[in-house]
Amino acid sequence: MIKGLKAFGKRIGLFFTHFSQGDLITKASYVVMGLGQLLRGQWVKGVAYLGVQLVFIFYMLVSGVSSIIGLGTLGTKLQERVWSEERGIFVVQPGDNSMLMLLFGVAAIFVVLAFVMVYWMSVSGSYQNQMTLEAGKKPLNFRQEIDVYLNEKYHITVLTLPVFLTFLFTIVPLVFMILLAFTNFDRFHQPPGNLFTWVGFENFTAALWRDPLKSKTFIDLLIWTLIWAVFATVLNYIFGMVLAIMINKKGIKLKRFWRTIFVITIAVPQFVSLMLMSQLLADQGTLNVILLEMNLIDKFLPFLSDPTMAKVTVIVVNLWVGVPYSMLITSGILMNIPTDLYESAKIDGANAWVQFWKITLPYMLFVTGPYLITQFIGNINNFNVIYLLTRGGPLSLEYFQAGKTDLLVTWLYKLTVNEQNYSLASTIGIFIFMLSAFFSLIVFNKTASTQKEDDFQ
Amino acid sequence: MMKSMKARAKAGNALIYAILSGLSFIWLLPIVWLIMSSFRKEPGAYTAYILPKEFTLDNYTRLFTETTLFNYPRWFMNTLIVAIFSCIISTIIVLLTSYALSRLRFKMRKPMMNIALVLGMFPGFMSMIAIYHILKAFGLTQSLFALVLVYSGGAALGYYISKGFFDTIPKAIDESAMLDGASKNTIFWKITLPLSKPIVVYTILMAFIGPWVDFIFVSVIMKDNYQNYTVALGLFQMLSRENIYQYFTRFAAGAVLIAIPITILFIYMQKYYVSGITGGSVKG
Repeated sequence: MIKGLKAFGKRIGLFFTHFSQGDLITKASYVVMGLGQLLRGQWVKGVAYLGVQLVFIFYMLVSGVSSIIGLGTLGTKLQERVWSEERGIFVVQPGDNSMLMLLFGVAAIFVVLAFVMVYWMSVSGSYQNQMTLEAGKKPLNFRQEIDVYLNEKYHITVLTLPVFLTFLFTIVPLVFMILLAFTNFDRFHQPPGNLFTWVGFENFTAALWRDPLKSKTFIDLLIWTLIWAVFATVLNYIFGMVLAIMINKKGIKLKRFWRTIFVITIAVPQFVSLMLMSQLLADQGTLNVILLEMNLIDKFLPFLSDPTMAKVTVIVVNLWVGVPYSMLITSGILMNIPTDLYESAKIDGANAWVQFWKITLPYMLFVTGPYLITQFIGNINNFNVIYLLTRGGPLSLEYFQAGKTDLLVTWLYKLTVNEQNYSLASTIGIFIFMLSAFFSLIVFNKTASTQKEDDFQ
Repeated sequence: MMKSMKARAKAGNALIYAILSGLSFIWLLPIVWLIMSSFRKEPGAYTAYILPKEFTLDNYTRLFTETTLFNYPRWFMNTLIVAIFSCIISTIIVLLTSYALSRLRFKMRKPMMNIALVLGMFPGFMSMIAIYHILKAFGLTQSLFALVLVYSGGAALGYYISKGFFDTIPKAIDESAMLDGASKNTIFWKITLPLSKPIVVYTILMAFIGPWVDFIFVSVIMKDNYQNYTVALGLFQMLSRENIYQYFTRFAAGAVLIAIPITILFIYMQKYYVSGITGGSVKG
């Protein structure tokens, strides 16, 4: 972070020194982009820079400037119905659309940032050309330039498209959503009929304490999300490992066969298997019908409709979903545990139980620590299991638009899809991000694997 | 002494066989139930038995013939089209990104990986909702094109597994090629890619499977445009309260039809999957 700021400062310094040390052409290229390339024989590049500048100026005049100004208010003119004399009816006169204004404003800012980058490339390129000429060499022509981009600067060629798409489909949308958390965009402020505007941290304070209903929902769901993530992660991991140990045990035949049985359940799409499970476990579902007919119970068991039982059920069903994964992951690593550890343990008279706790588990935790944390974060965001099994239910009036088994993510989904409360949803999204970031930081500080990748190659 | 130990090991193994069989039964039961339901003649979702009283292939044929309410063939084609296009785009993007981040060294490499990490911590459909609004601003929602964009636009962030694979190719190969005068572009196309067939196949298949199993993104994008539903979302509709009695067996048939190819692909790919996931941690 600090390194990045320093590099940025250095760039700004260079920007001015280049200008003062530049000759006339270089100085002129600070005003007219591409001049430093055009006048020095780099036609294609020069024309491209000039084109970028013209398009940018045109865009800023036509819509860019007004878009950025519009960010300040997010619209002032309400849509209204005006009496039209000539047609004799009320005509809807469109007002400002806050949503589009925010969107275009964010887009305009990114366009400006992109332009600044291209501008920097053009002026520093111009200065470099000047240096090359002064050293008595010729600037690269277009063909040579392409060769550079296929070799020394290959990373730029390769990454341009991915970076561009990531900006378009991940970064810009995320910035937009983060900004929404500071507005009052909900059901009562829906464009185009209504305007929404900036409200500062109101959504955050509402979710944390100001609004009793929302804050109760948020705190309760946060606690349940953490409980869920801990159980889902730890139980899946332990049971998966035990399963892997059983399959890998010496003397057990048909290892591939056993493994494949469990892998099949991974391969069946989750929306199919989980929807099935929810049918199986419903109040009038197959399991209850069978149990009733066998006279094991005299009225149906509320697997998914009683709050506490539903919570237990989702964790148990999640075992069905997740154990095969951790079995797959752990079985490879289990085989890497040095066998002499077990040999010497056996000589010391340790039984299987002690061996597991003293050798297997510590070794596995050491190796798969990062995987566990990623799993944990994945479970915080585990949409499928909860939504497909219970849809967050049983619903509760104590909560704002949420049910007893809702996680923060499924609440976020409901808030947007059913309730159109985008501002609160974005706020929850930011909280989820902070939660994941907190746990990721722990992993990052604990593992050396990311730093060691170079040694490995 | 020896004998008793052998006997104990045998007893232990027998116990393990028993446990494994029991677990296999539990794990396979829902799947067997699904397959059996797909051949069941009697309608209804809640039956007190697993084996159908009467077998039939009707559920499969009617999926393709009765298309007024649930247009399964159309959904199938939609999904296929979206899968093919998004698979092409995301494979290219993923391979380019992971190659650059694995084999090339440049100043922005670490920062970019950190940014990717941070972006991954935001819940996926937070940006999804914004994309919906962006597409709406361009009048693109509820179209298959939008769906392709959604599935492939964020692909670069999924570079991790194939990067792990590229990391394992010895650097010496690149270096000797460079001594022979090959440019990095040539190395990528002529050396790295041919050496990485498994991960290329894996990336292609994973990108192809995505649209078949996702139903969250497609439900946000498509809303009520039934004609452009994908299989997953369409099948999901069959289980709504009004339809479930009549359509449950047909849902089972439709689900089996897409689960079979995916299962086969997954069994074939499992070793890449495992090495991809554990790659980062095993090395450490």
